[in-house]
Amino acid sequence: MSNREKTDAAVRPDRPLAELWHMFFANKAAVLGLVLWLLVITTAVFGLTIHPGDPFAMVGAPMTPPGEEFLLGTDYLGRDVLTGIIHGASVTLAIGFSATVCTAIIGVTIGVLAGYYGRWVDNLLMRVTEFFQVLPPMLFVMVLISLFTPSIYLIVLAIAVVSWTGMARLARAEFLKIKEMEYVKAERAMGARNASIMAKVILPNALPPLIVAIALNVGTAILFEAALSFLGLGDPNAFSWGYMIGSSREYIWDSWWTITFPGFAIFLTVLGVSLVGDGLNDALNPKLREL
Amino acid sequence: MNSEVSLKVDNLRTYFKVRRPHLFAEQPTVYAVDGVSFEIASGRTLGLVGESGCGKSTTAFSVLRLVEPTSGSVVLKGTDICRLNENDLRNYRRHMQIIFQDPYSSMNPRTTAGEIIRTPLKILKIGTPEEQHERVEELLSLVGLRPEQKKLYPHQFSGGQRQRICVARALAPNPDFIVCDEPVSALDVAIQSQILNLLARLQREFGLTYLFISHDMAVVQHICDEIAVMYLGRIVEKADRRSLFLDVKHPYTKALLSAVPSMDKEAKRSSTALKGDVPSPMDPPSGCHFHTRCPFAEKRCSMEIPELREVHPNHWVACHLV
Amino acid sequence: MKQESLLQVKGLSVDFSTKAGNVRVLNQLDLHLLPGEALGIVGESGCGKSMTALSIMRLVPVPPGNIATGQILLNGTDVLQLTESEMEDIRGNEISMIFQEPMTSLNPVFTIGTQVSENIRRHQSKNSAQAKEKTLQMLEAVGIPAPKQRINQYPHELSGGMRQRIMIAMALSCQPSVLIADEPTTALDVTIQAQIFELLRQIQAEMGTSVILITHDMSVIAEFADRVAVMYAGRKIEEGLVRDIIDNPRHPYTQGLINCVPVLKTDPGTERVELNEIPGVVPSMAQLGTGCSFAPRCHKAIDRCYEEVPPEVTVGENHCASCWRVGEIA
Repeated sequence: MSNREKTDAAVRPDRPLAELWHMFFANKAAVLGLVLWLLVITTAVFGLTIHPGDPFAMVGAPMTPPGEEFLLGTDYLGRDVLTGIIHGASVTLAIGFSATVCTAIIGVTIGVLAGYYGRWVDNLLMRVTEFFQVLPPMLFVMVLISLFTPSIYLIVLAIAVVSWTGMARLARAEFLKIKEMEYVKAERAMGARNASIMAKVILPNALPPLIVAIALNVGTAILFEAALSFLGLGDPNAFSWGYMIGSSREYIWDSWWTITFPGFAIFLTVLGVSLVGDGLNDALNPKLREL
Repeated sequence: MNSEVSLKVDNLRTYFKVRRPHLFAEQPTVYAVDGVSFEIASGRTLGLVGESGCGKSTTAFSVLRLVEPTSGSVVLKGTDICRLNENDLRNYRRHMQIIFQDPYSSMNPRTTAGEIIRTPLKILKIGTPEEQHERVEELLSLVGLRPEQKKLYPHQFSGGQRQRICVARALAPNPDFIVCDEPVSALDVAIQSQILNLLARLQREFGLTYLFISHDMAVVQHICDEIAVMYLGRIVEKADRRSLFLDVKHPYTKALLSAVPSMDKEAKRSSTALKGDVPSPMDPPSGCHFHTRCPFAEKRCSMEIPELREVHPNHWVACHLV
Repeated sequence: MKQESLLQVKGLSVDFSTKAGNVRVLNQLDLHLLPGEALGIVGESGCGKSMTALSIMRLVPVPPGNIATGQILLNGTDVLQLTESEMEDIRGNEISMIFQEPMTSLNPVFTIGTQVSENIRRHQSKNSAQAKEKTLQMLEAVGIPAPKQRINQYPHELSGGMRQRIMIAMALSCQPSVLIADEPTTALDVTIQAQIFELLRQIQAEMGTSVILITHDMSVIAEFADRVAVMYAGRKIEEGLVRDIIDNPRHPYTQGLINCVPVLKTDPGTERVELNEIPGVVPSMAQLGTGCSFAPRCHKAIDRCYEEVPPEVTVGENHCASCWRVGEIA
């Protein structure tokens, strides 16, 4: 009965995670993005042990060009740019990630509730979302921050407050779509509770586009923080890349290196985030996974 | 023969309010189920037949309270399901289960077959995890699959196998009553007969009561003991299988029968096809809903609603002309 | 008397490259279609009947698909040798196709009038007024009530049956010589199915279009087709006139397909009877063993069935079957 045995061998359990990795690693751009990410994370974690120093300390002559003494030069106060970049990596990443986590928590919660319950809940939450959407985000953040003393927590929160709307709309759209699937109805027919249907049935199926949105949001949050610091609205005690650019902006013609290197660091990080996001998007798209 | 009534549905109505077309319009109502009554004896099958949009699936969902009925009562083994509070209803769901039409979309694509079948046991907290896993294996072999297939994902099965998994899932909590909502319409004819035979075998083995929804008279004739024909939210004809097919009364039932493709030489290419589509349940025709498509309609049909009356013992028809 | 074939498929084999390797989804397929005839192709899902249709339309995605051998002759021209732009002139013009899902095969963002007239303008040099005229005519022909109002509606405003009529109007708007209908009524109610077949029959009689009907339901074939080819696992296993096949099927698979259809009886009796079934499932094309691919599900299989592929045997006029036991099965 060779035919029968062969049919059995065909149906082996598959491993979705392994397949995801496989798809992801087949994508060269995505791998480049991941390498960039790892580079930034390594810098943030191990940088200061290799190249210790206080970024605020004035260690040399102001505006020393890149050279033997200071690899990336010093700024107008004589602070080492390399130390700043290394230190800034952890600050920038911390802000980028925590702002994204806050964004995701607010956005997904609101989107899930609106999409699942529909009716007046949806109506109410979507009106709130629209309210936040029509506000110009940069101005809104600036108002929020100038009302209080700028601190790293406030900045994280402010970024989250202006950027959760997209996430909420995405989560809502996914929930609206998936809750109509028969397997959700089947779950209800078996007596499952709303909370368990939302968390255990719909959310895992809605996750792929959300993961991509979350990954891309890290980039947006980093850019946001840089813009705020550039405008002088950042936390003056947090030595982020945006702060470096912002504080040296008046000396841009005299010391190109003080702005170029942190700017380049931001560029590479955000590029990495985008590439990883796109790679995840392709890898998580079930249509591309066939064959 | 056991003639104890298992399910009794009395004057069930389910209306939906839909979005108004413009701000000052009256909010339109969809009369999806409009006064439906039937009984199913324990261990028997009632077939609910009609075209899409006639309210047969809404009836099924209302019976299970997956859709809230507007009024009426649904009594399953002495318990009025419409009066249960949310918590009691959840617990009561172990007695009533459903098999859906589309075996592709009725399973969570991210869980394995074993987990899918185990879900009702987990939700209803039946047995320890070990007992649940044992039960899953037992159910898999019961529906003609192999226990080791529990590790596979839905997309690794064929349509017929998937429907077997859905049957196993419905059986898991040992229900008395199962709604089969077009369980074979999405399947190949060759597989259809496998699933119908499986359902019949399980019914004999476990004394299950079925409410079988379908649009195909040939399928209904094979699996059902009693048949109710529905049109736009109302039952137009109801009888046991033999009386219905021996003496079809309602013109709509006749039309449904003539639409079934046949392999007989004589019957070939002689269909009295129904004209047009089912009218919108938002704005049903007056009087007998069927009068707009009925070849025999008279003036009276568009004015008075025909009552469902017993023309022979246990043969009910709602038509002025019978 | 041998009639000239309009469409002829000769020794067609199609491969698909998958992770599991090269899979042959069509294997040495021979078919022919006479002018004005309705040919049915029947089999379970996954037996290659849709792939046959896609190959004729040259819509097999390449890669992963690959037409390995064979010819598809339309009026004597091999469509497999045509360039893509020559093929575009044939598609929708000479050969048209309607699909199973009338919901997804219409574009939801355009009105049906736009969609039907676009197809007319693509293949016939007509200005928009003429195309609109023709569109109205086509909608009328497929039995759409009040076509003047309907052409401004969107697909979601129509019922499934209406959408399938629109698809048929689109497919027929350029008077194709061949219409391929891939499970055109599977998603519809039986009542609407009867209407659609009535319409197809009427159109066939009026326009003389040849139809290839693809289905899994033998009773649909009996209602509509003149001749039928039964397919299993990428091969044609039996072919003949519909009446010959239904009255005297020679392949066990064909017998199974006929017997498993629930037959409507005037007196069904009080006791329920078991339906005949074909046990098991269609094998995955990637896992075919040697021999007849139906052997594992066949109750008449002998050792030889597992070892060698049975050749095609002529069993009557215009009737052939591929089974080792075809002589014993009658």
